Amino acid sequence: MFNRKDLLGLRDLSENEIMTILETAKIMKEKIDNPLKRSDELKSASVVTLFYENSTRTKMSFMLAGDYLGAIVKDLGVSTSSVNKGESLIDTGLNLDQMGINVMIIRHSMTGAPHILAKNVNASVVNAGDGINEHPTQALLDLFTILDYKKRFKGLNVTILGDISHSRVARSNVFGLTKLGAKVTLAGPSTLVSNSMKSLGVDVVTNIPKAVSNADVVMGLRIQFERQKAMPFPSLREYSSLFGVNNDILKYAKDDVLVMHPGPVNRGIEFSTEVIDGKHSVINIQVKNGVAVRMAILKLLTERGN
Amino acid sequence: MNILIKNGRVIDPVNNIDKICDVLVNGEKIVRVEENISESAEKIIDADGLWVVPGLIDLHVHLRDPGFEKKETIRTGSRSAAMGGFTTICCMPNTKPVIDNEIIVEYVNMKANRDSVVNILPIGSITKGQKGEELADIGKMADVGICAVSEDGRSVENAYLMKTALKYASMFNLPVFSHCEDLNLVAKGQINAGDKASVLGLRGISNDSEEVIVSRDIILADSVNARLHLCHMSTKGCVELIRQAKERGIYVTAEVTPHHFTLTEDDICDYDSNYKMNPPLRTKEDVKALKQALKDNIIEVISTDHAPHHTDDKNCEFEKAANGIIGLETSVCLAISELVETEVLTPCQLIEKMSCNPAKILNLDKGTLSLGSTADITIIDPKQEYIINTEKFLSKARNTPFNGRKVKGKVLYTIIGGNVIVENGNLREEFK
Repeated sequence: MFNRKDLLGLRDLSENEIMTILETAKIMKEKIDNPLKRSDELKSASVVTLFYENSTRTKMSFMLAGDYLGAIVKDLGVSTSSVNKGESLIDTGLNLDQMGINVMIIRHSMTGAPHILAKNVNASVVNAGDGINEHPTQALLDLFTILDYKKRFKGLNVTILGDISHSRVARSNVFGLTKLGAKVTLAGPSTLVSNSMKSLGVDVVTNIPKAVSNADVVMGLRIQFERQKAMPFPSLREYSSLFGVNNDILKYAKDDVLVMHPGPVNRGIEFSTEVIDGKHSVINIQVKNGVAVRMAILKLLTERGN
Repeated sequence: MNILIKNGRVIDPVNNIDKICDVLVNGEKIVRVEENISESAEKIIDADGLWVVPGLIDLHVHLRDPGFEKKETIRTGSRSAAMGGFTTICCMPNTKPVIDNEIIVEYVNMKANRDSVVNILPIGSITKGQKGEELADIGKMADVGICAVSEDGRSVENAYLMKTALKYASMFNLPVFSHCEDLNLVAKGQINAGDKASVLGLRGISNDSEEVIVSRDIILADSVNARLHLCHMSTKGCVELIRQAKERGIYVTAEVTPHHFTLTEDDICDYDSNYKMNPPLRTKEDVKALKQALKDNIIEVISTDHAPHHTDDKNCEFEKAANGIIGLETSVCLAISELVETEVLTPCQLIEKMSCNPAKILNLDKGTLSLGSTADITIIDPKQEYIINTEKFLSKARNTPFNGRKVKGKVLYTIIGGNVIVENGNLREEFK
């Protein structure tokens, strides 16, 4: 069952709602590979992407997800819009509402921006990443990928490595994975992984071999230099040698470990190139699954109440 | 005009009075405080069951005038103060332009004279334009009546400049009101660095960002023997630092706001910016320490940090939203509900913290009902229960998380210099 107006984060979703999205995404995935199966079931829906921050994968996959289902999809180029003339987020949303938009996909550098937009517009709002808070569609595609390979969540050891404190991807994954019964370990230098995350029901570790030991899934995150106030470690050289994962470190994990990354990847920093391109990596498959999950979300939100 | 206040519980901590008796006001002055005054008066107030206390004094108010009249003005802010039982308020200098020279002080004085219904004492800034670079014209401002200096809204980052300011201000017998916040440690934080920040995905503001500056300023004040007053204390660690300073005999005073002893980070709901303030709402443990500090007189003042904002400044992304809440019209009821009803403070101790101690810090001849003193008197019904309704506020602003909260304790009369400004809980017609 999925009956919400908005998708703002995994924090508020039930296990049931998450599974509904993942099951719908499975059906959607067939439409990506087989153009004959693409449909016009959302032809009565209009979708706008409203990205206040840069994006390659998320924006493109949302736009394609809409296209594959026959929706009208528009991008509001924020940098060329009236936002630059000082129009507020709420006013921008109210205007789009009047134009008949059904779904607004928003990415914003500030935590809670999608929530305030959702409160003020009639359209459905999808959070495509807000500040350091959540990136629910990324976590859902990660969950979809994990389920696809591992067939379960209960009892899985999932290790997330890197710039946890600035990562909305990590936070959404933590909310989702813990709800579904996986055991989550967060790892990285103490300046990037705060012990306060323990209150969310996860382990926090600074020793990387220990963190990777016995893992079913190892997820790497990019260091978000754009969100750092001061450099949290002395050099990239030191970081990659102490906190990066190469094939030697990966040996600590289970033999059938999945290597995942939300992208963009900084090769040679969080993961070595051998790990990124190696047999355990599903990094590219995640991207395809991302389109499927976003198709599912658009479908569920627009068909709500129908 | 003569006013006779009959049968109230007269609480005058300075004179060690806490008993049922009458107060007689003649013109601007209090002339008699005793039982069963039978003298006739033009106005008789039946204060049976009510507290009759020296007019409340708020050391920490933002009136936003000049520059941000959209948020509040001296006219609206002063009426809000009167409704809250305040007879004297001190206004912070983070206006536009900043109150950093005698001309702006005189502007505030002139406007207060013309528009205000309460006594307004301007606070001058510590540095020019609050830029933290060079001293403001502190001496010239002292000449025209500032009551203190403060950089409120931020700290003077440069420790040498802060030390110089403490030294210089002491020459004019002006206290320095310190806003304690190390911006590098705050690092774009939005709410307390605790579980709530983890849940909401907001950057946290650690206790140390406040405590580092509290300890620095205590050390500096001690070394130059200046008068330091610490604004809006919010952490357990701050309380410990002040306690230690007092044990070492350093003259330092401190204040806490009603919201910091009433709410915790747990109360923050969703991304409601009415819960966004600086310092942020802390944890239960911090609130417990703050209440104990009030009880032990480690913190001797309750100030509102009344921070009015227009809805445009609050109804937006949480990170973009302005800091602060209004407090003048909710201070008495929150203090009674949270401190007196729960027996953290006696009524007498509460009045010390809201009137006598602020007067002492400013060296004012106020905060008492002594014979011959100016008749600034507040009358409070400590038992009246009601639900806070911001629609009735006289402040221009509505930014408070307390709308709809059930509280106890209502200001019924505010008398300033022998003039009844608030009567039966309403601003008198002629002052509207």
